[in-house]
Amino acid sequence: MGLSPDRITVWLERDVLRIPVGDSLVGRIFDGKGEALDGLPSNFAPLSLPVNGAPINPIRRSSPDIYVETGISALDMMNTLVRGQKLPIFSGAGLPANELAVQIVEGANIPGSADPFLVVFAAMGITRREAQYFMEAFRKSGALSTGVFFLNLASDSVVERLLTPRLALTAAEYFAFNRGYNVLVVMTDMLAYCDALREVSAAREEVPGRRGYPGYMYSDLAELYERAGCVAGLPGSVTQIPIITMPDDDMTHPVVDLSGYITEGQITLDRSIQEKGIYPPIDVLPCLSRLMNKGIGKGKTFPQHRAMADQLYACYARAREVERMRLIVGDDGLTSLERTYLTFGGMFEKNFLAQGKEGRTLAASEKIAWKCLSVLPASELFKLPESYVAENMGREGGRS
Amino acid sequence: MRKTGVISGISGPVVTVKPRQPVYMFEVTRVGSSGLLGEVIRIQKGSVYVQVYEDTSGLAYGDEVVFEDDLLSVELGPGLLGGVFDGIGRPLRTLGEEGIFLPRGANLPTIGSETVYPYLPALSPGDEVNPGDVMGRVRENANFTASVMFPPGEAPGRVAWRADEGEYSPREAVIRLEDGREFSMVQRWRVRIPRPVSTRLPLEVPLLTGQRILDTLFPIPLGGAAVLPGGFGTGKTVTQQSLAKWCSADVIIYVGCGERGNEMTEVLEEFPELVDPGTGGPLMNRTVLVANTSNMPVAAREASIYLGMTLGEFYRDMGYNVAIMADSTSRWAEALREIGGRLEEMPGEEGYPAYLGSRLAQYYERAGRSRSLGSPGRIGSITVVNAVSPAGGDFSEPVTQASLRMSGAFWALDKGLAQQRHFPAINWRQSYTLYDEMLTPWFREALGEEWFSLKAFMKEVLEKEQSLLDLVQLVGRDGLSEGDKWTLFLAELYRVLFLQQNAFSATDASFPLPRQRDLLLVLKELNDLAEAFLARGGFFEQISEFPLRAELLRLRESEEEDLAGRGAEWCTNLSEKLASLEVMAG
Repeated sequence: MGLSPDRITVWLERDVLRIPVGDSLVGRIFDGKGEALDGLPSNFAPLSLPVNGAPINPIRRSSPDIYVETGISALDMMNTLVRGQKLPIFSGAGLPANELAVQIVEGANIPGSADPFLVVFAAMGITRREAQYFMEAFRKSGALSTGVFFLNLASDSVVERLLTPRLALTAAEYFAFNRGYNVLVVMTDMLAYCDALREVSAAREEVPGRRGYPGYMYSDLAELYERAGCVAGLPGSVTQIPIITMPDDDMTHPVVDLSGYITEGQITLDRSIQEKGIYPPIDVLPCLSRLMNKGIGKGKTFPQHRAMADQLYACYARAREVERMRLIVGDDGLTSLERTYLTFGGMFEKNFLAQGKEGRTLAASEKIAWKCLSVLPASELFKLPESYVAENMGREGGRS
Repeated sequence: MRKTGVISGISGPVVTVKPRQPVYMFEVTRVGSSGLLGEVIRIQKGSVYVQVYEDTSGLAYGDEVVFEDDLLSVELGPGLLGGVFDGIGRPLRTLGEEGIFLPRGANLPTIGSETVYPYLPALSPGDEVNPGDVMGRVRENANFTASVMFPPGEAPGRVAWRADEGEYSPREAVIRLEDGREFSMVQRWRVRIPRPVSTRLPLEVPLLTGQRILDTLFPIPLGGAAVLPGGFGTGKTVTQQSLAKWCSADVIIYVGCGERGNEMTEVLEEFPELVDPGTGGPLMNRTVLVANTSNMPVAAREASIYLGMTLGEFYRDMGYNVAIMADSTSRWAEALREIGGRLEEMPGEEGYPAYLGSRLAQYYERAGRSRSLGSPGRIGSITVVNAVSPAGGDFSEPVTQASLRMSGAFWALDKGLAQQRHFPAINWRQSYTLYDEMLTPWFREALGEEWFSLKAFMKEVLEKEQSLLDLVQLVGRDGLSEGDKWTLFLAELYRVLFLQQNAFSATDASFPLPRQRDLLLVLKELNDLAEAFLARGGFFEQISEFPLRAELLRLRESEEEDLAGRGAEWCTNLSEKLASLEVMAG
């Protein structure tokens, strides 16, 4: 606006974009291109890094294997977050993804470690109202004075929107790998980021791929997501929680689909569970944490953790299947065992999934899980070791 | 004469160059002051389009480009096994010594010169040597002996001198011919060109995978090709890693093509710890990793599967059975699409270039079983297992369909099964294999005629389950006859005990073929007992009160060798118990 080809000059810097990094970043709020938004002097530090970063050599990575407790049962027990993982939240319009993200940020801790996560927040194309919600929540939890924040609001430049996550991740890598912090990066909303990518691509008259998004979107997203991880021999880590809004709750939408192929699992929010009044409305069935096995079990959480998660999955999947069948054949067509599964399903949703804003320890989650499982006969719990079942349900097993 | 040009345009990984001399297609180039590696992919109206194998940011208009007068090649020789390379063959281990991030413009040979290998000559002065002839043997690692072959494409000659037995560095000459040519243990090959063989052979021996559902229902032969498509979270990578760990090939080439960095790390951390059932050494000693992860340059991703195939062919020519796992073809196709888009080519279906199918064919058709060139005679094979990541899990998309046409087995991963945590989530109704018939003689020889009836019975039960489940949707479970209730129960046993397999359990991760037969036998026997009992007038409820599932699981998990004996014992036990139950007088 107001630019005329006759009167402007374009200066080429003869360098790629860099961001100054240092301790002075902590507690600061920047806009999408890295300029101060908080009224403090502009960012200055002796070291500056190119924002595009470079791929981590796979040989130098180490597998993420340290359990992160978030205080959310559906995550800790069934889809464990691991330090250095990239675990997105798939949400729909109107679903409380922001609330959940804030809750994860507040709750996230590595048991046995005193250092809290350093939060790096990248907002891309979110509304002023959402930004206010996040900043207020971070102020309350104290993260505001210990984190680094990059805000590109919905009305800001789309070109800067492409830079925002790169600035944030460059800062995150600096704190993780140069300074040894465990960094937790929240990126929201990846859909807005990809729409910006599409807008810029269209302006460059590139050949469009699926739904008009450019063909290189997979590589572009991978450039961001793959900057999460741990490096062998270094203490720090970058853990990512991207938030992705699924347009029309469609999990096959290119942005959601491609993200799912790159990230290490997903937490899916579901509208029908939300309608039942359950918070957080996580539908555990399509959820997944690929790195879970490495972070749990003996010496890390509890020995039967994997088996317990599998058992809960098997039982809840069965309960949902019976629920579907009940709609067709009615209560009378169900066997008594199937009715027990219905009871289990209800209890699981109301007691285990629904937990409000309160954080739970893993032990508390385990206790609640047992409360639900014990309505089933012991013979149905075949994924669990018998001794473990006996210990928690008594010899008799539950009601049958 | 050095052929050069200047950059006249840059679009992502594609650089437009004005050459000063004539250049040819797929000629290797060095771009800019840091000498980034590239390849000519289009020549048009005095302009040359070069795809660059590294990130092009920082290149400028007017930068110099050098044409190297060669096609993209890779070095083959001792030191490949256990190694990790990027898509154009640079050793990532050596690069990793410089820092945690990958530098640009690194120019390192695939095979280092520091290590020396024990070498044993096979020829003597005066011997004639032809392409493919084994000139000597080299101990590549504690568990693997490789052949040093006379490079195909070289003119035959007569040996004037050869190195004695001893330790040599890969680039030291080990043979000299009468015409003065010298050869070391290292040879170069152009990755896009298949290495020649003497004759192609029919496929008749299965690749045993240790995965029950694959070996029993959907086997593939050594030299065959399978595709493994599945949406995200359905377990493609876990299945491929299981195959890489437990399959009966001698050499594994694992190509991480546009996938996660952590998955490569997982392989690197696990494989050295795992024991190769064939040699007793670490699995890493038979594995080569080609790692071009999703955030590494996209053009190198395109090259990585040809590189993997060339490495495979090198070991095949020595007479080994090679298995190539590529994860995933879709990322490779997307690299083609991305570069096609940059060239402003007319897109085909879903934006993929129209030549997707023919490029894919060039890759798949390099699989097979063959007699190698030269003497002594050797038979080797290349088996291909390619993962496909269809967008939205929809198998009708072009990459899945094009791969299906090229391959003989289709292992379809199912999101529904994965959500129920049924792993491997291979859908037994959708999947197929076209190799059944050619493998029949081998299976008959190994397992007897009975194998086929056991297999057929399982298929029948699973088939019946499907129609019964449809019925249950209408009348409920209580409306079924006793026999049908049993069939449903039995089908569930087949699913839980046989089709599901826990890749993370030490006892279950790999299940040898004879044990698969024994397990099927026990299940069949169980069915006969139950049916006899129901025919006597017994109720299904009476049978289902036994903890059958738990006991059978224990039977399966037991590490004892004699599954057949213990199974028979268990069946006898059960039949006595059933006999003691009261039934209504029929």
